[in-house]
Amino acid sequence: MIYLDNAATSFPKPAAVRDAMTTFALEIGANPGRSGHRLSVDAGRVIYETRESLAALFGACDPLRVLFAANATGGLNQALLGLLRPGDRVVTSGMEHNSVMRPLRALESDGVRVRVVPSSPEGVLDPDDLRRMLREKTDMVVVNHGSNVNGCMQMIRELGAIARRAGALFLVDAAQTAGCVDIDMERDNIDLLAFTGHKGLYGPQGTGGLVVGERAPLERMRPLIYGGTGSRSEFETQPEFAPDRFESGTPNTIGIAGLGGGVRFILETGLSEIRRHEDELAAALVDGLGSIDGVRLYAAPPERRLSTVSFTSEALSPSELGLCLDEEFDILCRVGLHCSPSAHRSLGSFPEGTVRFSAGYLTSHDDIAAALDAVRLLSREGRRA
Amino acid sequence: MKEEWCVALFHSTSLALRGEKLCREEKISVKLIPVPRRLSSDCGVCLRFPCVDEDRLRAVFAAGALEFDDIARL
Repeated sequence: MIYLDNAATSFPKPAAVRDAMTTFALEIGANPGRSGHRLSVDAGRVIYETRESLAALFGACDPLRVLFAANATGGLNQALLGLLRPGDRVVTSGMEHNSVMRPLRALESDGVRVRVVPSSPEGVLDPDDLRRMLREKTDMVVVNHGSNVNGCMQMIRELGAIARRAGALFLVDAAQTAGCVDIDMERDNIDLLAFTGHKGLYGPQGTGGLVVGERAPLERMRPLIYGGTGSRSEFETQPEFAPDRFESGTPNTIGIAGLGGGVRFILETGLSEIRRHEDELAAALVDGLGSIDGVRLYAAPPERRLSTVSFTSEALSPSELGLCLDEEFDILCRVGLHCSPSAHRSLGSFPEGTVRFSAGYLTSHDDIAAALDAVRLLSREGRRA
Repeated sequence: MKEEWCVALFHSTSLALRGEKLCREEKISVKLIPVPRRLSSDCGVCLRFPCVDEDRLRAVFAAGALEFDDIARL
């Protein structure tokens, strides 16, 4: 089996992830930060250490401003619904996932003004276009760092500087990039960073969150969920401090244990090594697919691409091609709109969608070669039929 | 002589865990224990340490900019 759906969920996971989850299941298992017994303390420590690893990975100012949620969607919703108020203005790109567009459209119906800066047909948001859009007072800029459709990465450092100069908060959706490329919140001018655990960070599903930088006003961010935190239990009002204010209810501790194992794997492997391998896979995919007759690539510029590639074939529709790859070649990928109608409109692949191959650090060159052979064969056969 | 124990109280478990880590780095012997009922009605944990180390512990917390609620004798 060849798994090319890492942009949805990375698979397989490094042994460090499975080991951390097994240790938690066998030896800890308790509720973190609620009771005072030693297993509860151990569970709390697992979560705290994962916060610290993530803060180190992202250059965050304070591990206690790493807020856990179920995924990047949870982190993005916390930032958008927690901070934007009726009358506020928010600017975004034409490459967003529905995890940004849907909360924004919901906020729009409550009186938040939403503006979209069109992206190029390769998926690039031009910093000058953003600058022009920010002539009017803007409260927040939210940008997808790396596209889940064609792997196009944005110049976040430059975009962040422009957003901040205009007095806006800069929120980055790092669902596709966290763990794949170097992100430093301070250097890259990021105020709020939404991440998920189950893709490039190699954790299990159900982990992710939001990292809140120093400039972001934590004190006026509203929690999305209220409830028990194990702290300030004598009061019926929500605690004021992070992370407790934003993390009511028992967390996914076993998942966070696994995520901690994933982040340790990344720190030990080194982001530059991960990037080097994934960049080679991206080049092999783009060069290989680009040389097949009847295949149309929706490629990102070579200097700013992840190992995620979208294409269509004249021979077969995306859904037919996906099914043939699965049934006849044991190759698993994702077809359709990838929850990102906005990005597909920008790239010119709406409403038919594309076939997406997404490789990860554990994908081999042989996997890519076999996938390319399969597409070559199906393109030829399909056209004959 | 019987060892005298003190506890440092925090807003949250996360802060108590950070306190534990800072102290261990400085070789102060600490343990997280349930908060004694007479000190707080909270259900969280606090950091127990030998009272003789109080000045060192305060210095460690100050250097690490770690907020704490109180220090009390057990």
